[in-house]
Amino acid sequence: MALNGKSTIRAYRRENGRVGVRNHVVILPVDDISNAACEAVANNIKGTMALPHAYGRLQFGEDLDLHFRTMIGTGSNPNVAAVIVIGIEPGWTQRIVEGIAKTGKPVEGFAIEQNGDLKTIMDASRKAKEFVHWASELPREECRMSELWISTKCGESDTTTGLGSCPTVGNMYDKLIPEGIYGVFGETSEITGAEHICKERAASAEVGERWYAMWKAYQDEVIEAHKIDDLSESQPTKGNIEGGLTTIEEKALGNLEKIGRSCRYIDILEPAEQPTNGPGLYFMDTSSAAAECVTLMAAGGYVIHTFPTGQGNVVGNPIVPVIKISANPRTLRTMSEHIDVDVTGILRRDMTLEEAGDTLIDMIGRTANGRSTAAEALGHREFVMTKLYRSA
Amino acid sequence: MSQPHLLVHEQADNVGVVVVEGLKAGADMLCVVTADNSSFHLTAKADVPIGHKVALKDLKSGDTAMKYGEDIGRFVADVEKGGHVHVHNLKTKRW
Repeated sequence: MALNGKSTIRAYRRENGRVGVRNHVVILPVDDISNAACEAVANNIKGTMALPHAYGRLQFGEDLDLHFRTMIGTGSNPNVAAVIVIGIEPGWTQRIVEGIAKTGKPVEGFAIEQNGDLKTIMDASRKAKEFVHWASELPREECRMSELWISTKCGESDTTTGLGSCPTVGNMYDKLIPEGIYGVFGETSEITGAEHICKERAASAEVGERWYAMWKAYQDEVIEAHKIDDLSESQPTKGNIEGGLTTIEEKALGNLEKIGRSCRYIDILEPAEQPTNGPGLYFMDTSSAAAECVTLMAAGGYVIHTFPTGQGNVVGNPIVPVIKISANPRTLRTMSEHIDVDVTGILRRDMTLEEAGDTLIDMIGRTANGRSTAAEALGHREFVMTKLYRSA
Repeated sequence: MSQPHLLVHEQADNVGVVVVEGLKAGADMLCVVTADNSSFHLTAKADVPIGHKVALKDLKSGDTAMKYGEDIGRFVADVEKGGHVHVHNLKTKRW
């Protein structure tokens, strides 16, 4: 029998009640120049993971708010057991520590100025070792599938994603959203051509209007302001075109298959914002670039990501398992090591969408219980911050 | 049902998607409309890679391409029934 929302999974119940499916001890740099110290700590203490990134200096305004939201959200994710934060100076370091501490999980900050890298690395390594001993004794407990927060975003799409892998995710959401999970989709630019449909899929006219205003603002302020052609090879990408997608409209209509037939989104999230209106489907305002989008959704608190691909996007995330679904037989033939769920049967017409959705739900359950995804086994840990504009 | 060569989303569509590898010009394609599982046959007029589109009828420059029952762009060159549809004859109406 297929799994459902009431099915039991074995996962980590965090201090704030949220359910995580991984148990990472993260070494989080506040800024680019603290990456080296974080990587040294992760090298010293086995069982920890550094999350190096490119930003965190001289940002301001909305862009700085997004930086802090992404840092705090990443540390707060239920897949993370404990966090070491390292920054160049103590002020912004402490701001991130205090944000993560609201979850109740162990977190400690270290600043490099007036200590140097070497003393910082030694002090942070001692604390990281304590955290690893503590986290490694945390047991998995019985939780419900319905307690999972499951995100989605597709990548290196082609015409098979709209026929097979995206509707598979949609079927999963149609079954699990009514059972009480949190869902999220995004990719603001990539709804272009299907915006009239997306607007109608809001739970209320007011939410639909807010969604449309957000979508239109991106068109006007970013695309119209910066485009020099019709964006062909960027959106759709060169890989999309190789796979047979010709226009953004065609790509958008396939993309939107991920939200199924009956789900309605109940609210719009800023990038990396955590949902606060209860269970249901949300839209997050994100880039359509895979690593940026998955990083933002992970910072929003989502613990498992479902990723339909046609041509074979290989992206992963350091803290969230990314489940790859493909219906393209050539991709399964040439790069099957990247695919967790094979739905090529939909194209052969020997697998129904109902069966494909159940197969994905089964893989979500196995992943929640601890099965490594293809991206985890292959070491894909893309952690990419979204930057809104140039730093000061 | 035997394995289809071409899938079409909706009855209103004027293009379909090749779902097999190595399709050659002259091939007799079994085509299935996924919305209602109806089927028909069409002869391919070109070698078309998996995932790429085929015109379901003769189409003229300026016509609208329909897929998912929706507008996916404008033809910028004529294409014959069974011909290959892609960036050489179809463009976005946006951007």
